[in-house]
Amino acid sequence: MLKNSLTELLYVLCGLVCFYSVFVTLKDKSHPAKYTTALFWGILGFTFTFSRIGLLWGNEKIMINDTFIGYLILVMALLSAFKLVKFNKFNESTNEFKEKMAQSIGNKIFIPALSLAIVAFLVAQFWTKQLGSLVALGISTVIALILAIIITKGKGCEVAEDGRRLLELVGPLSILPQLLAALGSVFAAAGVGNVIANGIKTVIPQGNILLGVIAYCIGMALFTMIMGNAFAAFAVITAGIGVPFVFSQGANPVIASALALTAGYCGTLMTPMAANFNIVPTAILEIDDKKYGLIKYQLPIALIMLLIHIILMYVWAF
Amino acid sequence: MIKLIGILIIVIGFILKLDTIAVVVFAGIITGLVSGMSFNEIMTTLGKAFVTNRYMSIFIISLPVIGLLERYGLRERAAYLIGKIKSATVGRLTSLYLIIRTLAAMFGLRIGGHVQFIRPLILPMAQGAADNRYKDMDERDRQRIKGLEGAVENYGNFFGQNFFVASGGVLLIVGVMKEQGYVVEAVDIAKASLPIALIIMVIGTLQFLYYDKKFDKKYNTIKAQSSLNKKA
Repeated sequence: MLKNSLTELLYVLCGLVCFYSVFVTLKDKSHPAKYTTALFWGILGFTFTFSRIGLLWGNEKIMINDTFIGYLILVMALLSAFKLVKFNKFNESTNEFKEKMAQSIGNKIFIPALSLAIVAFLVAQFWTKQLGSLVALGISTVIALILAIIITKGKGCEVAEDGRRLLELVGPLSILPQLLAALGSVFAAAGVGNVIANGIKTVIPQGNILLGVIAYCIGMALFTMIMGNAFAAFAVITAGIGVPFVFSQGANPVIASALALTAGYCGTLMTPMAANFNIVPTAILEIDDKKYGLIKYQLPIALIMLLIHIILMYVWAF
Repeated sequence: MIKLIGILIIVIGFILKLDTIAVVVFAGIITGLVSGMSFNEIMTTLGKAFVTNRYMSIFIISLPVIGLLERYGLRERAAYLIGKIKSATVGRLTSLYLIIRTLAAMFGLRIGGHVQFIRPLILPMAQGAADNRYKDMDERDRQRIKGLEGAVENYGNFFGQNFFVASGGVLLIVGVMKEQGYVVEAVDIAKASLPIALIIMVIGTLQFLYYDKKFDKKYNTIKAQSSLNKKA
């Protein structure tokens, strides 16, 4: 399976960025938390690179035991809890240098940046079945990197340094999306969704279309906020609320189900649990408010959109 | 009911501003324990999901490229270019990106991303437009711009994507509805997702233009003064 091998190769590359952080951190004599920081990035790099290493050559039996990975996550959580992951200094270019290069390189600098998107699109367009969209992203990254080195005449060590600079800027938060997905699967294994769907069921009366629509839309948004993921919410809330309170009352199944999922996305806009959309970007954009830096602007829009969903579903699906 | 304790832990953890990662892992462990899972079972569930969701962190591989381009002045160049367009404002620029981003999502184009687009291109352009229009913008408003540029990416991505027939969301709806005994076609789901895609372009634009007004009002006097100074 070419697709699986290449996807695995991408994770190995992600691991390499982490390992470079370990290398630099250990060499850094003035680092405030040298060994614990190196341990954190080392574990993350290890889970990226080695957890399914056998897939690289198509042997899925060669892998790291999931329970062991679970304990490694516990170690990362403890390192983060005790604030033992820090970054020290980066070798970054000066503002004068950037201004000078911006003028001397000119608009050519946009070529690699745009090729990230365009190459990914082209590859995905022609070889989605064979490669999948992740591999498309990987191929476009490699091509963009080559173009970037040619155009900027940058050095290999600068590439490595810049990769780790941005990674450490995001810091331990970079594992949050994966961790929340993992929490979601513990919730699912424990049956949390059913408890919530049953709870909502006991509150709303049967036979009222408007209340059913409101419960379905708000239920999607609320449960998405809890799980941080509208996909996980959709199956649970559709079975628990959508079918008995909306579809069984004669709603158009196409319209109501399409609206229900995007009603869930309104919830995604409002929750710190959707870390990859709302938390990691605050680090990437260097926003001071790391929890609500995006959410506070998205909240009014999400509430308006949710109201529109309720109105649309009530008017259009019946 | 006791199974909901994990949600309670997360809510309390967020309110008390405790370390997010530690709170999440703790909530998972407690939820698992009260539901009768053994500690090792919980670790296995956590570990397995962590590994299968590695794709969420795939943005890490594009960091070296973006970082290198930033080192050689990508953001400065983006700000310089937008600075030449005198009519550019934060709100107009962000609205334009919202429309492009939503349309891209609607046609399944993977154009966008906080790492690939917002940080290196869109945010510096918005900051360039702001610096050009308002002299000495304060730090609070700079943070506001960052927040808005982070938000626009989510608006376009979320509400546009289901118009694309092969998107994950559409396929999920078809699958779940089939399980519940309703046969729906992917192409119909995509069509039914059109109104929301159009509505977000309007609502989002209103928000961004509102901030234009707000900034204009706040910095208006300063701008008028500095242009007077130039004439003198």
